[in-house]
Amino acid sequence: MVKQNGSDVFISLKNVSKTFPGVKALTDINFDVRKGEVHGLIGENGAGKSTLIKVLAGVHQPDPGAEIIIDGERVEQLTPTESMRRGIMVIYQDFSLFPTLTVKENIAFSEQIDKKRRIINWKEIEETSKRALGILGVDIDLNAKLGSLSTAKQQLVAIARALVYDAKLLVMDEPTSALSSGEVQHLFKIMNDLKARGLGIIFISHKLDELFAICDRMSVIRDGHYIGMRNNGETTTGEIIAMMVGREIVEEHVGGTNIGDVILEVKGISKRGNYDDVSFKLRKGEVLGITGLVGAGRTETVRALFGLNPPESGEMILEGKHINPKSPAEAQALGIAFVPESRLTEGLVLQQDAESNITLSILKNFVKGGLLDFKARNKRAVELIEQLNVKPPYPAMQISKFSGGNQQKVVVAKWLATNPKVLIVDEPTNGIDIGAKTEIHALLRRLADEGMAVIMVSSELPEILSISDRVLVMRRGRINGEFDGATATQEAIMEKAVMAGGGKGATA
Amino acid sequence: MKEHFKKNAHQYRLLGLLVILMLVMGALAPGKFLTVRNFKNMGFQMAEFGILAIGMSVVIMTGGINLSIVNSAMLASIVSAMAMRALYNGGEGMADIPVILIGLLITIAVAIVCGAINGFFVAYIGVLPILVTLGTQTVFDGISLNITRGSGVSGFPKLFQQIGAGTLGEIPYTILIYIVVIVVAYLMIERSRWGISIYMVGGNEKATRFSGINTKKTVMGVYIFSAVAAGLAGILMTSRYNSAKADYGSSYTMQAVAATVLGGTSINGGSGHVLGTVIAVAIIQVISSGFNILKINRNFTDIATGLILVGVLAMNHFLAKGASRRIRAEVK
Repeated sequence: MVKQNGSDVFISLKNVSKTFPGVKALTDINFDVRKGEVHGLIGENGAGKSTLIKVLAGVHQPDPGAEIIIDGERVEQLTPTESMRRGIMVIYQDFSLFPTLTVKENIAFSEQIDKKRRIINWKEIEETSKRALGILGVDIDLNAKLGSLSTAKQQLVAIARALVYDAKLLVMDEPTSALSSGEVQHLFKIMNDLKARGLGIIFISHKLDELFAICDRMSVIRDGHYIGMRNNGETTTGEIIAMMVGREIVEEHVGGTNIGDVILEVKGISKRGNYDDVSFKLRKGEVLGITGLVGAGRTETVRALFGLNPPESGEMILEGKHINPKSPAEAQALGIAFVPESRLTEGLVLQQDAESNITLSILKNFVKGGLLDFKARNKRAVELIEQLNVKPPYPAMQISKFSGGNQQKVVVAKWLATNPKVLIVDEPTNGIDIGAKTEIHALLRRLADEGMAVIMVSSELPEILSISDRVLVMRRGRINGEFDGATATQEAIMEKAVMAGGGKGATA
Repeated sequence: MKEHFKKNAHQYRLLGLLVILMLVMGALAPGKFLTVRNFKNMGFQMAEFGILAIGMSVVIMTGGINLSIVNSAMLASIVSAMAMRALYNGGEGMADIPVILIGLLITIAVAIVCGAINGFFVAYIGVLPILVTLGTQTVFDGISLNITRGSGVSGFPKLFQQIGAGTLGEIPYTILIYIVVIVVAYLMIERSRWGISIYMVGGNEKATRFSGINTKKTVMGVYIFSAVAAGLAGILMTSRYNSAKADYGSSYTMQAVAATVLGGTSINGGSGHVLGTVIAVAIIQVISSGFNILKINRNFTDIATGLILVGVLAMNHFLAKGASRRIRAEVK
């Protein structure tokens, strides 16, 4: 099936690097995909998989010195049109389809545009879409609105559309993340059929069991570097995990010095499609790390504590009292603070200044005789800016003009101002530079040591290991493992994140 | 001080434009424009429009719009006018003062109900403001037309006319009322917790809600505030015309949007000042009165207002672009 001779290579990339201002996203990637193979592309969040796909799709131009060879021919500049013309079709996670149009329109409209039809040839649309779905061997109502279909069917429509374009290489970005296991099996069958027709498929996933089930070869990238390639059947999950997490030097683990009584207890909370029977205890002075793959239900779980995603069943007990916050305002009143994952859309009011943002959670403290005491507000903002070392220390500067790290400090400061008992941070160092990152880690550690209880959700294992006293690993909405922060290893955590199998008991 | 000018540059530019326009009008119509009589006239007319524009501004600051503002004003006025007519009964019924006080209360109460309906659908159900208020525009208007069969309602105490027509010395009562509204609106919108929340909701509702602020309540308050402003404007109109009729003030709706935007409030929400709207209203009034004195066709008033609106917005755009270029150059 897999010939070693170079003639069946469809595309090969040589020395592909991609530099964005301030970040080197890809470094010297060498990688090829053969006709008629499924090639797994594996890496942690942020490893550079998406950037690599965008290079293949022609969206990003690689740095000079890169070589892209398609079908034995060197391509000087791969633009989006050129990429599609040569048969590279990317199926993104959101499918890039039109939910309000019908199935046949989604599949075959682009062909009409390509043929420069001024008047739509509906018969041709019908035939083309029938043919494309026929290749896949699936039966979907051509006149159904796309938006009314299940995710799995929408995905098949996206694949059908790619086939209309005479795809030679199909790039599938986490195609199984929203599918049930039956649907995954169906998709794999279709992938095998397409493979038999000579299509190359790049299959991106972090789910190792799936990768081992479908791939011929697997490549691992990490931090923008190509770590290596393994033939399926000649490697083990252990080896792949080791390649994914690497042996990089991690920040030294700093444990808590002042861990006290249990302040928060979560007992078997569930919400369908979000999180399932989650239980844990949180102590004063402790940093509890929660990790897992994206979509494992980590954010959904902590949002439940903040009144954003209330559970359908189960109990939450804060300082001995049952709580059930239904809104952030209620959660705040209970002493719970939450630094959301996306500071730009959920954390900050971008057109306002630092002062307005930093004091937004405590506005009521400045009400004097019905009006706001702006002097007092300014004084508090200046204090908080100083306390968190926000740079530059200008309360009147528009928040959008600060660097990511300093914006994040402002969001954290906004919540520290409320003196919370429980501080929840979701991906606290997402997209910020290493200096600010270290500062935020030190700050979270210090806050815990001063008696606060901290929950830190993060995908970055070095981050989780650096300051967590305990680590919970979630998988598919459930807690799949629990580790002591001082002794846990990245490999062990990753295994619980990607593989089925219960943890060492779900509660502490 | 420099910071103050920088922050309020748009308002100072508008103020400059207002002064220039007044001087130009004064020069074109010597002895007619810059007179006590003309200013008094402008005062009578400006107040009702200004109060409506403030009511519109506060909604636009949250990123919404209130297309039923005038219709809620007229519905409230009509209900109250009918009540006053019945109570007064051509002089046979209750005394003047109680009738008027009851009338005022009814206007405000009906206006609050109208505002609460808008606010409920926008804040709690999550329907787009433009759709909600377009719908209630028709609903309020339909009710007004139905209960009046399209005609005006009059027949209330003579004293009621004093609100819209009376003066304190040379100063119309309407202007005094307008000034009180401006001060109260300024304090509520720019100096209170609720007011600051309005800007925050307009900038990013989610981030504001995530900061523990009850954004639904904030938005509900905004629509009620807007409706109370509408009710006050309705009282002034009813008093000035000595009757209430469904189609009074219908041109004010889009003019109020124009005054808001000219006044510096972003149509996307999150910014704006009460005084900006007030100056913009004055500019529109000066053009309208000036053209009237100069015997220029009324249609040109609209054209001139529109051109100034587009011109000022374009200027702001280019000035902002220049400023960010300068900042970038400084950084380099």
